[in-house]
Amino acid sequence: MKCTYACNSSEHLVARRGFLTGLAATAAGSMVGGLGVFASPLAASQLKSDQKRVVVFNMHGGLSQLESWDPKPGTETGGPFRAIETSVPGIRISELLPNVAKQMHHLCLVRGVNTSEDDHAKGAYMMLTGRRQSPAADYPNIGAVCAKAMAPQDGALPGHIIITPGGGGGRGNDSAYLGPKYSSIVLGNGNPPQNTTRPGQVTEVMDSARNDFRKRGNERFLSRRRTALTEAYVYSYEQAAQLMRQRDVFDVAKEPAKDHDRYGKHDFGRHCLLARRLLENGVTFVQVSHSNYDTHNENFNFHIEQLGEFDISFATFVADLADRGMLESTLIVVLSEFGRTPNINLYYGRDHWSRAWTVVMAGAKVQRGLAFGKTNEKGTEVVDGQVDHANLFHTYLQAVGVDSTDTFDIEGRDVPLADPASKLIKPILA
Amino acid sequence: MTTQAVAAPTPAGFDPKQAHVAAQWAAERPLVCCRFEPKGRFLFCGLESADVQRFNLADGKRVAFPGGHESWVFSLAFSADGETAFSGGGDGRIAAWETATAAEVPKPVRKIEAHQGWIRALRVSPDGALLASGGNDRLVRIWETASGKLLHELKGHAGHVYSLDFHPNGKTLLSGDLLGTVNQWELPSGKLAGSFDAKPLHSYNGGQQVDFGGVRGLAVTPDGKFVAAGGLHKATNPLGAVHEPISLLFDGESRKNVRTLLADGITNGVLWGLRFLADGSLVGACGGGSGGLLIFWKTDADKDYHRFALPNILRDMDLHPDGLRIATAHYDRHVRVTRLAAKTA
Repeated sequence: MKCTYACNSSEHLVARRGFLTGLAATAAGSMVGGLGVFASPLAASQLKSDQKRVVVFNMHGGLSQLESWDPKPGTETGGPFRAIETSVPGIRISELLPNVAKQMHHLCLVRGVNTSEDDHAKGAYMMLTGRRQSPAADYPNIGAVCAKAMAPQDGALPGHIIITPGGGGGRGNDSAYLGPKYSSIVLGNGNPPQNTTRPGQVTEVMDSARNDFRKRGNERFLSRRRTALTEAYVYSYEQAAQLMRQRDVFDVAKEPAKDHDRYGKHDFGRHCLLARRLLENGVTFVQVSHSNYDTHNENFNFHIEQLGEFDISFATFVADLADRGMLESTLIVVLSEFGRTPNINLYYGRDHWSRAWTVVMAGAKVQRGLAFGKTNEKGTEVVDGQVDHANLFHTYLQAVGVDSTDTFDIEGRDVPLADPASKLIKPILA
Repeated sequence: MTTQAVAAPTPAGFDPKQAHVAAQWAAERPLVCCRFEPKGRFLFCGLESADVQRFNLADGKRVAFPGGHESWVFSLAFSADGETAFSGGGDGRIAAWETATAAEVPKPVRKIEAHQGWIRALRVSPDGALLASGGNDRLVRIWETASGKLLHELKGHAGHVYSLDFHPNGKTLLSGDLLGTVNQWELPSGKLAGSFDAKPLHSYNGGQQVDFGGVRGLAVTPDGKFVAAGGLHKATNPLGAVHEPISLLFDGESRKNVRTLLADGITNGVLWGLRFLADGSLVGACGGGSGGLLIFWKTDADKDYHRFALPNILRDMDLHPDGLRIATAHYDRHVRVTRLAAKTA
């Protein structure tokens, strides 16, 4: 489904008013549109206190629930790791997460996830869109939905950011009918957005002159024809200009050295610290990927390695958000495309298993220190509190105050934010 | 992960090309490790469970030794007289047991909280005085075998310690790690004398963001002339078990790599253990998608001279004091004893 609206929606009318206001406010500012008005310290401060945020940790490849949130020590399927006590009496998690265990009073384990999809791409799609993939429709990722539903429309920073472990960058193709305005900006290996520095041979004066020329052309064109794509183009320029001004927001090196030490001196630690920085600066949605958990071979060795990183960085992140009073306004989600088989294969590996696994949530309206749902003794099936990707998607949105039963107005058509055939997991919200 | 038995004269009938499975016994879980007791009476095994298993070599009778660990047993060793067995667990604990106990439910005679994380390797010195342990905490620790007293803590590994072997002279300990370093420690001082560079056994996969490989097999010839370090290479897909077995042969004196021992055509496998045999050749225990294999090399050739295919993927191997029998630990819940000689009537 493409976003091809010729815009007359109230949202875009508001955006246009903001545009003009911003233009007046910034006088000879370098952009068309209203972003500048929100770049003022007062507005930013207001935004910070009111805004809800979401951060998703995507454990790429399929984290083993048995080596993390739902250990089964001593059983045939349990593997070699022990379970340890946490800060919540009665909730035990894997010994690979000793630091996270100390933050359990902030967390909610959803242990009864059954998504019935063992394919990487399909599973990831379901977990990030709340819908099963279908050739008939494409759905926006949670980040795009949050950016549209929660981010200030004229926010100075992008509302949807993905921090990936590898290199690269650019924009994702993950906003479906919400339009490219809400597609992710990808920070490859946590580096600032690509192409956000002025080329050395272009002076500031030259840059300003060419932007003025572009603005005039844009205004003339927009006065007669306006589509989602043209708006996205304009927005992209405006956003790029803002990004160039606020490039420091993406520079994790600006964070204190002691915080780098606390988060761990590896990519994931740096990415978690960057996520904190982005959220503190008002970015609505940040996704941090940690790779790779697709451990068909030597599952236990690789989980020692990967969770050794995750444990320190994630626990520090949760503790920091709590200490800084951000947990009330920030939803934290830890998800994968699926879990891993209770059966241990001949290579000491675990394969794909979507019938009984765990997603973790924290913050916003999510209940703290809760383990919801239960799997059987060997972890092969859910025996209580079974939920799926669609239930979780509703719950993410409701946790940050977005009515997940509401609709987006797309070309005059009401499109549900979340699967209307599903509903939220009520018991885990306060 | 290896125990190098002191070399004996080549036993009568010794012929790896006549190798055959002489016995196999079932356990209730897939096996992880196996070791022969020095007097040749028993075969001890670790499974995907917390119990140690003892098989009587005469009749295959199995006895479970519970209560030593809260995790899988990854490593085993014995006192020189064979009367005490030691097990190293994923709980970082060493448990000591009376090897030949007649108790129906044996109990550990001692438990030592030895490491933070898994103990993948245990080894007793040739004179029986010292027990060495290697841990995921990157430490090698030396214990007094008789008392369990900690004598030395050897720091110098940057990765998990995977394997240990004493030099036959008893004055040197070798320890191999995940990152492909084999450290040589002087005893009794505990001083690091130098390192063997076995880095071809380690790789970092940037796409999957994992360190992989390690020195999984380590063996020294009885005369100390050669040191062999085994594991895997060509790890194009670590998470998918795509890698090939390899062993590096080093000059024991200069610590230089003198030969790379390969196994052409085995596209999925890792060497879980190495032993020098009485005739001076080297046997590697290979497990992976290509199956369970014993691979035999001469020290003067790159390619193996013989392979023996076992019925199932294997995970560990040990050589019996008689120099003729090899035990292998298998995923299919069996331990097998292969005899390197012609079948007897």
